[in-house]
Amino acid sequence: MLSYIAKRLLGVLPTLVIVGLVVFLFVHLLPGDPARLAAGVDATPETVELVRKDLGLDRSLPEQFVRYVRGVLRFDFGTSLRTKRPVSTEIAERFMPTFWLTVWSMAWSVVFGMTIGILSAVYRNRAPDRIGMALAVSGISFPAFALGMVLMQIFSVQLGWLPTVGNDTWRHYLLPSLTLGAAVAAIMARFTRSSFVDILGDDYIRTARAKGLTETRVVVKHGMRNALIPVVTMMGLQFGFLLGGSIVVEKVFNWPGLGRLLVDAVDMRDYPVIQALVLLFSLEFILINLVVDVLYGLINPTIRYR
Amino acid sequence: MNDDITDFEQAPAALPASVGARIRTPWFEFWRKFKKQKVALLAGAFVVLLVVVAIAAPWIVPYDAETFFDYEKLNAPPSWQHWFGVDALGRDIFSRILMGARISLAAGFVSVAIGAVVGTLLGLVAGYFEGWWDRAIMRMCDVLFAFPGILLAIGIVAILGGGMANVIVAVAIFSIPTFARLVRGTTLALKHLTFVEAAKSLGASDTTIIWRHIFPGTISAVIVYFSLRIGTSIITAASLSFLGMGAQPPTPEWGAMLDAARSEMLTAPHAAIFPALAIFFTVLAFNLLGDGLRDALDPKLERR
Repeated sequence: MLSYIAKRLLGVLPTLVIVGLVVFLFVHLLPGDPARLAAGVDATPETVELVRKDLGLDRSLPEQFVRYVRGVLRFDFGTSLRTKRPVSTEIAERFMPTFWLTVWSMAWSVVFGMTIGILSAVYRNRAPDRIGMALAVSGISFPAFALGMVLMQIFSVQLGWLPTVGNDTWRHYLLPSLTLGAAVAAIMARFTRSSFVDILGDDYIRTARAKGLTETRVVVKHGMRNALIPVVTMMGLQFGFLLGGSIVVEKVFNWPGLGRLLVDAVDMRDYPVIQALVLLFSLEFILINLVVDVLYGLINPTIRYR
Repeated sequence: MNDDITDFEQAPAALPASVGARIRTPWFEFWRKFKKQKVALLAGAFVVLLVVVAIAAPWIVPYDAETFFDYEKLNAPPSWQHWFGVDALGRDIFSRILMGARISLAAGFVSVAIGAVVGTLLGLVAGYFEGWWDRAIMRMCDVLFAFPGILLAIGIVAILGGGMANVIVAVAIFSIPTFARLVRGTTLALKHLTFVEAAKSLGASDTTIIWRHIFPGTISAVIVYFSLRIGTSIITAASLSFLGMGAQPPTPEWGAMLDAARSEMLTAPHAAIFPALAIFFTVLAFNLLGDGLRDALDPKLERR
């Protein structure tokens, strides 16, 4: 098992390095001179040169890259051009709201997605299946920002049950997390269903039924464990979707998280912030997939020995 | 002339039924399975209707989408005169939705088409030659996959600047790895089959083998993904416009319209609801069509 984890960790390294390189080169891909961008539009040529020296932009690219990686390892991402504060502080302030938002969304989507998926598989081609799958395909087709606006209109504006903006209480989390989780729940439902449909036709399920177990016991005890193996992998992939989706949902609900920070940074061409956030989001995604891979090895022993 | 047509129409009927049943071209097989799926057929018809509306939009809109302003009726709800109501600037929402169909469909189609062509080429090369090519291309896909969802698109827009053209490029790049992996997998499976070996032993060049023998085998999977990806791409493009990085006002792009309607939610909810429904039904149609195509084209699903 340990060697399996070590192998997975080593496998991630090249991707990490390339992602770091791409994010580093990002500054140089931007149109215009990064030193001038950092110094501001009406800076004198002398100031621009000073800023260039200060940021190390006058050195060779490999030197700059080493410097950049060193900084990142010490959580030093430079200074925000907009607020003039360290990027790491900006991110630290915004991290938790986004973190909880994604965690809640994942929780919703797992609960709803799996329930709908399992029910659909058990009642295949009957009413619960048709309703469940109709809901699922609608969930995939409804863009998060539109769904968020509709939910806000109904529950906050018309009915007045829930607050519209802010993130102080659990009631603030309800609508944004449901909005963000809807598409993932839909994908999970479709995936769980097809995984269960495959499993329910297998011999050992027939054996379990033949020995007189109740259908609930067959599905929960014998079906679940095997059907969930591909579903766990799917969960990891969907985390990326949640991270991306949070950017849009945070704008709808005016959420004080990383997504809004990124959108504002793109608007203001605040490239140190963009750089750090792109790196952070990708890192998170890579790490989550690594964890999922390891979990996958834990659940399914045949994978480990390949 | 008239006789010719009747002859032509009667000819198949004149053949014995058994002959008709024996001719099973791939197209015939596909159509036989696809037409059983009423939902997908309906979705397909809706997609065709959308395409027609999108092409004809400039000639059928009741008002100009960008330059007509009805100052008497700001934020007016739907009426006979303005079917979907009027927005905060006095523009006719129905006309803007119709014109928006052009943008969304074009963005979805063009970006996925670029992604599919580039991805398919890369996938064919990676799967057929394996070795160094394969490693390089798949590593590149891993890196593209390492950026979650629309983050990659946002990064690209941050470099290239806003606007619909750059959004299309961004969404295209983000579709490439999906197609590359898909086609690579199919190519790996196909290249060890007997008919490829036969072509090789006849002295066919790599190019011939790839184009004439392997590529046709990957088409059905690509078509299915194409349809499903268009839905995703329309959502991504609209999301970027909603974030203010895509189409800029006054362009009647659906995502941008929703963004503009945000501040008027209390007084004019219809200004948000109609663009939201437009995106929903368009994406839903492509997704249902894709599901139907998959069921009709994927041999693995035959047993269900």
